[in-house]
Amino acid sequence: MTETLSNPVFRPIDPYVSAFERLFAAEQDRTPDWISKLRQNGFMHYQELGLPGPDHEEWRFTNISPLASRPTVPILVHTHPPLTMANLQPWLIPGLECNRLVFIDGHYSAQLSEIKSKAEGLKICSLARAMTIKTALVEPHLGRHAQATSQAFVALNTAFFQDGAFIWVPAGLALVEPVHLLFISTVPETGASIHPRNLILVQRDARLQVIETYAQLKEGENLTNTVTEIVAGPNARVEHCKYQCEGPQSYHLAAIQIHQEAHSETVSHSISLGGRLARNDIQSHFAGAGGNSLFNGLYLAGNDQLTDHHTVIDHAQPHCGSHEFYNGILHGRGRGVFNGKIFVRPGAQKTEAKQTNRNLVLSDEAVIDTKPQLEIFADDVKCTHGATVGQLDSEALFYLQSRGIGRDLARQMLMHAFAQEIIDRVGNEPLRDYLDARVQEQLAAIPLPVNS
Amino acid sequence: MLEIKNLMAKVEGKNILKGINLRVKPGEVHAIMGPNGSGKSTLASVLVGRSAYEITGGEVLFEGKDLLALKAEERARAGVFLAFQYPVEIPGVNCTYFLKMALNEIRKSRGLEPLDAVDFLALMKEKMKYLELSESLLSRAVNEGFSGGEKKRNEVFQMAILDPKLAILDETDSGLDIDALKVVAEGVNRLKRPDNAQIVITHYQRLLDYIVPDFVHVLYNGRIVKSGGKDLALELEERGYDWIISAVSEAAPN
Repeated sequence: MTETLSNPVFRPIDPYVSAFERLFAAEQDRTPDWISKLRQNGFMHYQELGLPGPDHEEWRFTNISPLASRPTVPILVHTHPPLTMANLQPWLIPGLECNRLVFIDGHYSAQLSEIKSKAEGLKICSLARAMTIKTALVEPHLGRHAQATSQAFVALNTAFFQDGAFIWVPAGLALVEPVHLLFISTVPETGASIHPRNLILVQRDARLQVIETYAQLKEGENLTNTVTEIVAGPNARVEHCKYQCEGPQSYHLAAIQIHQEAHSETVSHSISLGGRLARNDIQSHFAGAGGNSLFNGLYLAGNDQLTDHHTVIDHAQPHCGSHEFYNGILHGRGRGVFNGKIFVRPGAQKTEAKQTNRNLVLSDEAVIDTKPQLEIFADDVKCTHGATVGQLDSEALFYLQSRGIGRDLARQMLMHAFAQEIIDRVGNEPLRDYLDARVQEQLAAIPLPVNS
Repeated sequence: MLEIKNLMAKVEGKNILKGINLRVKPGEVHAIMGPNGSGKSTLASVLVGRSAYEITGGEVLFEGKDLLALKAEERARAGVFLAFQYPVEIPGVNCTYFLKMALNEIRKSRGLEPLDAVDFLALMKEKMKYLELSESLLSRAVNEGFSGGEKKRNEVFQMAILDPKLAILDETDSGLDIDALKVVAEGVNRLKRPDNAQIVITHYQRLLDYIVPDFVHVLYNGRIVKSGGKDLALELEERGYDWIISAVSEAAPN
């Protein structure tokens, strides 16, 4: 990954430099060495990498110059506005018995959080707390998986993160209740940035479902730059669902880094309803043989919005399988980006990798840039990929109309069906129903072309 | 009920219908026959409002109203139904859900309350048995992975649920074996009432053994060139279309 160092970068007067100096000075006395080092390294990598410019290979279609020129102040100390459970209502999942950790502007709210599950060895708490009382569990993993050396926003997060979730599922425990992480931005001031950090460690033979919701209390400009590291131990199963529903003016950057031991099974759902810019970097690394990974995503983008998924599946070991399904709906002047990399390393025989990206482009001005990228260095493998870009099927529309269904409703039905292909893969029923309803609302709000 | 007057239509610049005249009254079954390319399916498409066709002349009245001025969905709500020759597969749209939406949209346009899930299910169960369709089939996406016979039975099933005033069956017999044909024909016959009408479009006489028409029309080169009773179909079966075609050609060269 040395290529990134040679890529052109923005070097504006960087408000992060002074912010980091302040943070570092403030923390110096009360922070353990390993955390200070982690932060310093993160910031060093960020300074080396710089924010990616338009010529950067991984950011060719995703222009972050509005971000780079925007003042950005990490919220280091935060006094919660008086939020209540009523404020959270739109993002609670009806019928879902779950553990809930709530973060307001990146800071943990004990008052709004609730841990129901109790089991020997199980830890569900804020990362800030875990770093002080469970150092032995956190230190070996925090920052070891996400790639601060090559991803500038991961580096930035590593320098500035204040809190997030820590989940440790001990060996053999199949946790029944999912863990719901709710990140609410109150949109405190223009230029604020929030850097949540999650560490999810699922031990041998254990199971976990986790949901990350990113939402805004009110519409407005804000920057969320989140990093989640997930470790699935041998034969463990992790189903992760990220639901991004911040408003149309938000900037959202997310990195999810999954580390898979032998025979582990992971699922990543990413439902991204858009923002001015929403970028998801989702990566899975097979560190042991016989693992399986499902990447499943739905993205929407309308006027002046951009939604980007960059995925990497690293088949470093033999006998692993990966399936990727991403569907996008672009309308108005919306832009979508999909880049799917699959690496099959030498010796990773019997790899099975399948990637599908389908896009509905509903207007002449909407754009999708889709690019599969397979690099295969083993000879006994099955790898397939396919990307489609199209409009609503006019024959299907006519068929529905010929049965009395009006054109607008017929369009809604076909868009919904397209979205449901993805939503239906969400295993948890209350979550699936919740996401389906939210997506339907979003689709119903898409302005329909006149005279079509 | 339906009155087609001198209807002319073209598609992709080519004249297909060159002056169709046809009257259908309640309680009647009309068969439209003709060789391939005579304009049978175009006529069906024009009647239900497929947008690829351009109307270049004539008019169509349905219960006295200008049918051609209505959008496809408005025609369906007015009571016109087409059983498609090639029903399209719609992945992700559940059969039962689709049909409930359709029925309730039609009911809404008539000022009726929508049927709730329970009532709809009861209606479905009642109509299903005549067409030998299984519930598992109807819990799937519309026509997705259906066999040819299942698609055609599903068309007639939809007809049974939506209960149109005028049903047009476009080559509903094509691709069916004799047993499936009987089931479909039986389903159609059951729906026949004194207050509704059917237009059966077919290439072969075979279907008309089971759906007995009151009138048979021969469509050739965009015009109805011969009309008669059900015996005309048998004569066509025996003698083919050539004798009619040559008679037409002699009468009006070009």
